[in-house]
Amino acid sequence: MAANPMYQFNVYRIGPEIKINNIDISFTNASLFMVISSLAILIIFNLGTKRSIIPNKIQLLAELSYSFISKMISDTAGSKAKPYFSFIFSLFMFVLFCNMFGMIPYSFTVTSHIIVTFVLAAFIFIGVTIIGFIKHGLGYLKLFVPSGVPMVLLPLIVVIEIISYLSRPISLSVRLFANMMAGHTMMKVFGGFVVSLGIVGGWLPLGFSVALTGLEILVAFLQAYVFAILTCIYLNDALNLHH
Amino acid sequence: MLKKIIFQFLALSLIFTYSAQSAESGGMPQLNPEFWISQIFWLVLTFGLLFIILSKFILPKISNNLETRKSQILENIETADKQREKTEKKVKEFDKIINDTKVEAKNFFNSERQKVLDDINNKRLSLEKDIEKEIIKAEEEIDQLKKTSQEKVTKIAIETSSDLVKQLIGEDINKSSLSAIVEDLSKKEMEKHNGN
Repeated sequence: MAANPMYQFNVYRIGPEIKINNIDISFTNASLFMVISSLAILIIFNLGTKRSIIPNKIQLLAELSYSFISKMISDTAGSKAKPYFSFIFSLFMFVLFCNMFGMIPYSFTVTSHIIVTFVLAAFIFIGVTIIGFIKHGLGYLKLFVPSGVPMVLLPLIVVIEIISYLSRPISLSVRLFANMMAGHTMMKVFGGFVVSLGIVGGWLPLGFSVALTGLEILVAFLQAYVFAILTCIYLNDALNLHH
Repeated sequence: MLKKIIFQFLALSLIFTYSAQSAESGGMPQLNPEFWISQIFWLVLTFGLLFIILSKFILPKISNNLETRKSQILENIETADKQREKTEKKVKEFDKIINDTKVEAKNFFNSERQKVLDDINNKRLSLEKDIEKEIIKAEEEIDQLKKTSQEKVTKIAIETSSDLVKQLIGEDINKSSLSAIVEDLSKKEMEKHNGN
């Protein structure tokens, strides 16, 4: 069964079964890696809060990521998005660390599960919609009516805009999930080639596997960045209504 | 050889993917809803805790650190600017002092030189006066000497000539006639001298 490239995505219970009102909330390998990622983030960034004028390496890392995300938010969503900084920071770091921990062999990739990414994306979608309605009232519906569109095309455009707005959580979650799943499946498949081709022909897929590992680390960072920056763009729509 | 290997690779990969696909009986584990609730629960728990701890405790500290560093750097730059201005002022003062002292030294030198020159001039003038006086004195003396010497010379000449005449002739000659001759001769001599 280990040769099955989808086997790595299996979720299994660790420890006893926990049930509340007949709902299974057992601790699984997915939960384990969520906890590990969160703890790693907390430890690294807590070590980076030393008060010294000349930072050490961990402090530099923490401060550079802080200013990186702060710059990203102010570039895409403006200064109004400052109160949401800590949420976007946690989101980016959580997705990034889950992706990166998934790159360790025999580990589990939390973000390769559609339910996890969908819950995150749905939360963002609902939150952004609520923020939009609080800030602009019913005027937020103007988002679906772009300015400068001929009256004839307007009904069609409004329908398209509404569909694209409603599909945001799906596109956001599927993008991350599919990228992670596809990358890990591909690595597994090439790893399987190395084993099945043996010492004679295994070198080529091994090379591919090494190259793919580099690519996947890039993808892991890039998808976390994309997830965070799309959140910023949605926030920008809600905070600064341009249409 | 290489072709063979590639062919083998392709064939084996086809077989492998086929076997892998056939082995995948359950499909994608992601679509199995058995642990969905558990994943949602743990996601909300871990992410919520992460968000709360980061936003309440860690991120304010980091932003605080960044702010203090920024303000400290600004302060340092300000103080550095102030210090630089101060040093520039000091350098200007220093230059001024050096210039002043140079001018003073020049003036002092000039005045001293003037003094020395004046002194020298005065001394020379007084010396010249002294010398002139001396010269005048000497000239007077010479004049007197000239006068007296002429008289003496004529006297001597008269006496010697009278003595000579006495020895030659053996008799005294009237002194007045002798002196008249001598004076006449000496006048002629003097005219010769003056004529030259």
